[in-house]
Amino acid sequence: MTTTDSVRNLTLKIKRYDPERDEKPHWEEYEVEVDGHDRVLDVIQKVKWYQDETLGLRRSCAHGVCGSDAMRINGINGLACKVLVKNLQSSLLTVEPILGLPVIKDLIVDMKPFFDHYKSVMPFLINDDPPPTTERLQSPAERARFDDSTKCILCACCTTACPPFWGDQKYVGPAAIVNAHRFIFDSRDRGAAERLDILNDAQGVWRCRTVFNCTSACPRDIKVTQAIQEVKRAMLTGDIGFDPST
Amino acid sequence: MNYHRFDCIIVGAGGAGMMAALESSRKVGTAVVSKLYPTRSHTGAAQGGIAAALSNLEDDSWENHAYDTIKGGDYLVDQTAAEILCKEAVDCIYELEHMGLPFDRTADGRISQRRFGGHTKPNPIYDPSATPGTDAAKPRIPVMRACHAADRTGHMILQTLYQQCIKQGVTFFDEFHMLDLIMVDGECRGIVAIEIATGQLHTFHAKSVLLATGGFGRMFKTSSNAYALTGDGPAIAYRHGLPLEDMEFYQFHPTGIYRLGILLSEACRGDGGVMFNGKGERFMDVYAPNLKDLASRDVCSRSIEQELRAGRGVNGKDYVYLDIRAETINKYKTSPTGSDVDSHWVEKRLPDIIDFARTYLGVDPIKEPMPIQPTAHYAMGGVPTDVHGRVLRDTSGEVVPGLYAAGESACVSVHGANRLGTNSLVDLIVFGRRSGKDMARYALDREFQPFPANPEAPTRMAIDSLLSRPRTEPWVKLRDEMQKTMMDDCGVYRTEERLTRARDTIAGLQVRYKNLGLQDKGTVFNTNLLEVLELGCLLDLSEATVASALARKESRGAHSREDFPNRDDTQFFGHSFATKHGDGQPTVTYKNVDVITLEKDGKTTTKYPLEIRKY
Repeated sequence: MTTTDSVRNLTLKIKRYDPERDEKPHWEEYEVEVDGHDRVLDVIQKVKWYQDETLGLRRSCAHGVCGSDAMRINGINGLACKVLVKNLQSSLLTVEPILGLPVIKDLIVDMKPFFDHYKSVMPFLINDDPPPTTERLQSPAERARFDDSTKCILCACCTTACPPFWGDQKYVGPAAIVNAHRFIFDSRDRGAAERLDILNDAQGVWRCRTVFNCTSACPRDIKVTQAIQEVKRAMLTGDIGFDPST
Repeated sequence: MNYHRFDCIIVGAGGAGMMAALESSRKVGTAVVSKLYPTRSHTGAAQGGIAAALSNLEDDSWENHAYDTIKGGDYLVDQTAAEILCKEAVDCIYELEHMGLPFDRTADGRISQRRFGGHTKPNPIYDPSATPGTDAAKPRIPVMRACHAADRTGHMILQTLYQQCIKQGVTFFDEFHMLDLIMVDGECRGIVAIEIATGQLHTFHAKSVLLATGGFGRMFKTSSNAYALTGDGPAIAYRHGLPLEDMEFYQFHPTGIYRLGILLSEACRGDGGVMFNGKGERFMDVYAPNLKDLASRDVCSRSIEQELRAGRGVNGKDYVYLDIRAETINKYKTSPTGSDVDSHWVEKRLPDIIDFARTYLGVDPIKEPMPIQPTAHYAMGGVPTDVHGRVLRDTSGEVVPGLYAAGESACVSVHGANRLGTNSLVDLIVFGRRSGKDMARYALDREFQPFPANPEAPTRMAIDSLLSRPRTEPWVKLRDEMQKTMMDDCGVYRTEERLTRARDTIAGLQVRYKNLGLQDKGTVFNTNLLEVLELGCLLDLSEATVASALARKESRGAHSREDFPNRDDTQFFGHSFATKHGDGQPTVTYKNVDVITLEKDGKTTTKYPLEIRKY
């Protein structure tokens, strides 16, 4: 276990914007005392609580499972509660809102366009067969087929790290495709054809340029690009590994 | 004014709220009002499993589950409610699976189940005359009852319920923060909420309102709870003169990450993990000779505290170790089946736990033990309800028309003095569903009642005054003092002296609270304002917690009084109801525990006789 409690000073640079006071975003700097255990979230909240209460950010669980605090940290998307200060290379820490979504205030962006894309892929189990009195059966191998994409917490780190999404926000984006993948490859689901049809569009999977930014940004280590490629392949081959009509 | 009207308003979009919304919205107009985007709710942080006696891996019964729940709650559990919980759990799990929840699977394709603390069944080879310490001497043995999806079961529940809400077209008001209940002639007619993005107040006129706002662990310094868990629902009900039940029972989870309090699931021990003190001893041998590390949470947390007090923490510090290395599981033969496991198996069963330890501790649990300490985790108490989620006005059991509560913010009571692991998720689903059903029934039976004029006026006045006051001191100073007081003086162990000090400290903070001012005077996403309003809720709930703890002069479940170390069934076999009157301390009265009796040979006996609780 790391026992370094070494306290040091760090400069936190935050991109600030308050629509009620500012014409445009600007940078502000704060000096913060940090120790080896501090998360980036802790550093930001030290500023909010003890220096400037007007700072705006979202946060809740503080350990990487709720997906509230996605932001650009030293230029790279991540959850502020999952990045430890001691793992940052420099003594300067910059944070700014994720890109491609309208900024509401400081680090807070409007998530509605992101959730609209998510909802557009029918992210729910489709199966109108009457269910059995107990559980539907699914083998461990069938369950493993879509395990990776069940981990998504909808934080938007992937989508807002994606250059094609920066260029055109009508693109559904990696997170929506991951959530389509989660159902397309679920042996209990019967809606693959409809979802593949939705994604077989100029604003669907074909916008992906396999930049892999999404995969490196994912705080849940989902192989996002691979999931997108699997959806593309299913579209081309018509093969999802099982017959949804049975 | 922003006025909305729905048959049912559900406040909170965690497991209980969304389960209720799925039920009620099938029949009547329903909207969910949540201060977070639904998928941010803390149900998503639940890890190890959700219990139901499916018997997928070994024989089990809902009766076993009910016995464990009642014993685990140190008999302060309403027994009819506990039986409903355990019976309906089975059907609820199948319903979740049909909704698409991706449970882990057994080799034959059924829902996989694992062990959890306090979940047992009768030992088929039990022999009361057997030599103590032998297998035959154990009256009960662990059972695989917790249905799971790796160690992210809550995440899967939350995602699945949100997916179903989208499918069903449930209306959501995301990032709307409830600030008041609209009560007229003792009935609930709606709520007042602030739209966080604009700062505007909205009123919601409803036939009924469900409080499903979750827990309030943020009153303690070290907690597994999200920042959002500030008990807004119970606090607002309390200010309207409604009682809070069993507030003295607050669960400390034994295995929180040292210093941070982040939860390391009980599934670690269910799958074979073992706790060690600084001398390398498996100390649970001493405190719970039968179930050892799988004793219930209050027992394990007290055992850790005892070890720390005796100076047996690791390296003289205030933590012990949780060890989930395959070699440890194999050495102590603690795997669920008793056969050997390897690190690949551990990694597959507990991927998120392993990630947390690597990220936050810099420890690889595949190779090293993890430093842990008890962390404030779960409120057994809350807004009292009947088995349909209807809020109770007082100890007589009379209901408050139009007001419901479910989940951690409610107290049914199925957890009594100490909740068993996984039963929180069962509670959300079973009683969320029951509440939603009853709200729909109530709405179909009843017309909208008149809505008062300007019901938001008191809220507007409170906000305006907060925004116009000069800032005398930082609000976080009050929060830090509250959290330290509650942790030190109202934590795992309590005494009259410490609780009295806590009562006075909290009362002093409530006075200072009234003078707080803010730096942020804006309307757009004013989280400064929201955090201060949330602190007000936590202070009021701290007051109720301390008052209830002071009044209960016995030790039961999670409430351990060093000055009254024994359970006292003659005086305290009852649920506390803390009720606020004006500005003073609340009064604490008691409601009888619901006990199921049986008639046999003309004699009346109890179905779950009171026993001394041992594991």
